[in-house]
Amino acid sequence: MQTPIIRAEKVEKYYAQPSENKIQVIAPTDLEIAEGQIVALLGPSGSGKSTLLRMLTGLSVPSAGQVYWHEKPVATTDVNVSIVFQSFALFPWLSVLENVEAPLKARGMQEDERRRRSLAILDTVGLDGFQAAYPKELSGGMRQRVGFARALVVEPEVLFMDEPFSALDVLTAENLRGELLELWQKKTIPTKAIFLVTHNIEEAVLLADRIIVLGRNPGRIRTDFCVNLAHPRNRKEAAFSQLVDYIYKVLTEPEAQPPDLPQALHGEARHARKYQMLPHARPGGVAGLLELLRDHGGRYDMYRLADDLLFEIDHLLPIVDAAQLLGFLNVSEGTAVITDSGIDYANSEISRRSDLFREAATNHVLLLDQISRAIEAKSDHTVSEDLFHDMLDEQFTEDETVMQLETAVSWGRYAQLFDFDASRRCFIRLEKRRSQAPSSTESVA
Amino acid sequence: MIGLPGSLSSIRGRETLARAQALKRTWPVVMDLCIAAIGLACFYGVVRIAHYWMGHAEPAIVISLSPRALPVYAFYSVVRIGLAYGISLVFAVGYGYVAAHSRRLEPLMVAGLDICQSIPVLSFLPGVMLAMVALFPTRQIGVEMGAILLIFTGEVWNMAFSFYSSIKSIPRELNEAATIYRFSRWQRLWQLELPYGAIGLVWNSMVSVAGGWFFLMACEMFVLGSRDFRLPGLGSYLQTAASDDDTRAILWGLAVMIGIIVAIDQLVWRPAITWSNKFKFEQVEGASRSRSPLLHLLTHSGALHSLRRHTLAPMSEKIYCSLAERRARRMVRADGVAVPASGGWMRWVIAAILIAGVVYLASQALALLREVTTPQFWAVMRGAGATFLRVNVSLAIAACWTIPVGVAIGFNPRLARIAQPLAQIAASVPATALFPIILLALIRVGGGMGIASILLMLIGTQWYILFNVIAGAMAIPSDLREVAQLFHFTTIQRWRTVILPGIFPFLITGMVTASGGAWNASIIAEYFHLKNQTMQTVGLGEQISSATDHGQFQLLLLSTVVMALMVVTINRMVWRPLFRLSETRFKLEG
Repeated sequence: MQTPIIRAEKVEKYYAQPSENKIQVIAPTDLEIAEGQIVALLGPSGSGKSTLLRMLTGLSVPSAGQVYWHEKPVATTDVNVSIVFQSFALFPWLSVLENVEAPLKARGMQEDERRRRSLAILDTVGLDGFQAAYPKELSGGMRQRVGFARALVVEPEVLFMDEPFSALDVLTAENLRGELLELWQKKTIPTKAIFLVTHNIEEAVLLADRIIVLGRNPGRIRTDFCVNLAHPRNRKEAAFSQLVDYIYKVLTEPEAQPPDLPQALHGEARHARKYQMLPHARPGGVAGLLELLRDHGGRYDMYRLADDLLFEIDHLLPIVDAAQLLGFLNVSEGTAVITDSGIDYANSEISRRSDLFREAATNHVLLLDQISRAIEAKSDHTVSEDLFHDMLDEQFTEDETVMQLETAVSWGRYAQLFDFDASRRCFIRLEKRRSQAPSSTESVA
Repeated sequence: MIGLPGSLSSIRGRETLARAQALKRTWPVVMDLCIAAIGLACFYGVVRIAHYWMGHAEPAIVISLSPRALPVYAFYSVVRIGLAYGISLVFAVGYGYVAAHSRRLEPLMVAGLDICQSIPVLSFLPGVMLAMVALFPTRQIGVEMGAILLIFTGEVWNMAFSFYSSIKSIPRELNEAATIYRFSRWQRLWQLELPYGAIGLVWNSMVSVAGGWFFLMACEMFVLGSRDFRLPGLGSYLQTAASDDDTRAILWGLAVMIGIIVAIDQLVWRPAITWSNKFKFEQVEGASRSRSPLLHLLTHSGALHSLRRHTLAPMSEKIYCSLAERRARRMVRADGVAVPASGGWMRWVIAAILIAGVVYLASQALALLREVTTPQFWAVMRGAGATFLRVNVSLAIAACWTIPVGVAIGFNPRLARIAQPLAQIAASVPATALFPIILLALIRVGGGMGIASILLMLIGTQWYILFNVIAGAMAIPSDLREVAQLFHFTTIQRWRTVILPGIFPFLITGMVTASGGAWNASIIAEYFHLKNQTMQTVGLGEQISSATDHGQFQLLLLSTVVMALMVVTINRMVWRPLFRLSETRFKLEG
């Protein structure tokens, strides 16, 4: 294990009161910041997030305990950190370039070198051409870019951020977060670790490799865990929302022992999954195609198939795609090849076919899997169509979303996964089903 | 006597007169006592030095009344003002800086600021003049130095307080940014503290210099019994012209005086305000921006630019480099053993010597007070009562006309455009310069010194109230006024529920300043030499002036102490509670 860049040992903060008892702001806390991590510090207001950040940077001296920078006490060394502030903390009377140059000037760097490095970093954060502007002439997002440029120009080992996006509007914040993450992941900046203070749970889950949740009265670490979700993270992803729910639960139940992490987050994280495009094919058509393939020795050239059936290739393709999506056949170099499960399906009688289709659908089709899980999870086993409509909306056009849902309903009914109440526009549980599919037994909170 | 600048709506918050901010703070009585002791000690020192010079009398300077002499006189006056202002600025920045950064000295220094702002500076005029003349080899230099010193003491405190409170109110994150990016003290001063304090310093400089004219006029025409301290300048020109009843010379003098003040406003303060807009700590660019062609010329001048590139820029680069190196060395040293604290005991010894000196001089001053006879004591008390009445009468008269007029101007932008520049010119003529002329006119119509002194106080101080009332009226949100209109408030109701509460904080600020100014003015207003005769009326100012005239230092000390005590007490007992009330109850948010 490598030595951490910053190590806080039993740091605490309290204010002495005349009447013997002191006001404890932060209880004795141990904390390490290691190389290669984005650490997010979450907590309710008044939990001492900013105080902790200031102690870690050496800005504020802990009432007790010690902060070490590469194993040396911070008070005796030059700590190479930067802070990006919520209020930007730019000097309004200095131009963008002068603001960025100021830290280099403090380090006694020669004028030419100073200018070169400042212009380079302004270019990196997308402020090329703005060097002569004054902060008040810029929008909030641009101003925070200057804040980032000023923080990065000194090539800090650890970049501290104190709610850097909370003064910005939602879209600007999202944009900046993405760009920061890109700089970090592509190693455009030599920063070795990022420490982010935020009150925005989603922001923490989007960015952080490790999340620390603080509690208050006095401030203390409630839970500290790693996030293994792969980047880029998607808010709609189940693991993502589970994690957000989990943190929300920790924050809203300040007295309770933090619950265990959701299962999905242990070990290997699931990869971000996108909704597949459901081909608009009827399950009956898939069955017919598979029977044809089986009778034809298991493989068929697709163009010959279309010709032989007097089909337009455009009409045939959705059926082939559907069968392929369900894992019933593979297509390589224009030839469709039936798989084992495809042969099994083609050989089965009608009720067994619906079981096989259900199995294939829950294994291979995310949307169908999600719908059936959601129905199981709800106490009234009814899920509004709107929920999935909204999620699909992210990925498909409005018309396509409607068609996707239609196809999902037709497939779901055929697979006996669920039914659809057209009058209420709801997915409902199928009452008649004999047994539940194994995959849908574990439900999600 | 004050030249408050164009956009009055911007004199709010941080930019209001710094004196008002002193009222918000509280500190232990011990601090007051310390300051009082130091004050007494200083005073005693001045008086002792002054003693040496009593007795010599030299021929007076002859003031020529020819208009051709005026440019030279005007030049002398401007140089005096400029020198005193330059010293004040440097001292104010230094004082504010130390007060803001030294945790140990801060309470003492802030209490000192408050009291120094309250003491009537003019009561030191006689003593300081005598002392300076004694200290310097030639009389003229002594008198010059005395004048500059007095103007300096009149100007410096509100500037120092402005800078101090600016440093104290720098947003935390800006300070943290400076620390985390390893700014040296030097860089912090130039890139953070001075820019942040610039607007406050500029506005307070304008107020200070206007006050400086008031004192300068008083110094230049200072005549004490047989001893003549006149300095060649605009003030002495005007006084001599009034003494000689020379109307033509009076008009010439006044014209030049107004001309100079307008010129300074246009050539110095307008560009300075426009320039200082750059330092506004705001996130969005304000809508209205003042313009100054002169500033434009200066900032776009190629010669100035290249001059800066070749002189200042390399110098500052060198300073930054050496500071960074020093820091690096210090860090290396700190890596090893802690540097032993040196000179610790030296500091204690110096402090002990200083304290001993202050205690000795203060006790000597108190001993001097014992020489005061009972009738003298009662005379001083009677004078204090009379001056107290006069100050309040002048305040009441000023409030009576300035509140309606100020509200009318503040509510009516068209009227404001016409009235404001006129009021500014009227306000900028130092009342002391007008005093001989007013006195002359009053004597002609048969008025006495009592009326004249109230008039002088009024002329000197009403502007503070007027300009604050205008600013207050402008600050009343228009929706409040619309509410009053919508519900058909009667005039009385409108004044009681909307206007008076709205202007209250501003009115208080104006009254505090005016009251201090009026006490100050009493010293020349109640005792004046005109046409080789001494005009006087019963009052504390008269006691101070006549005590100096007759060399009765114990009386001078007693009356000065009484005046300082009264001003400080009134501030504490009356104005500060009112100010707090205005801060809590009558504050208009946003």
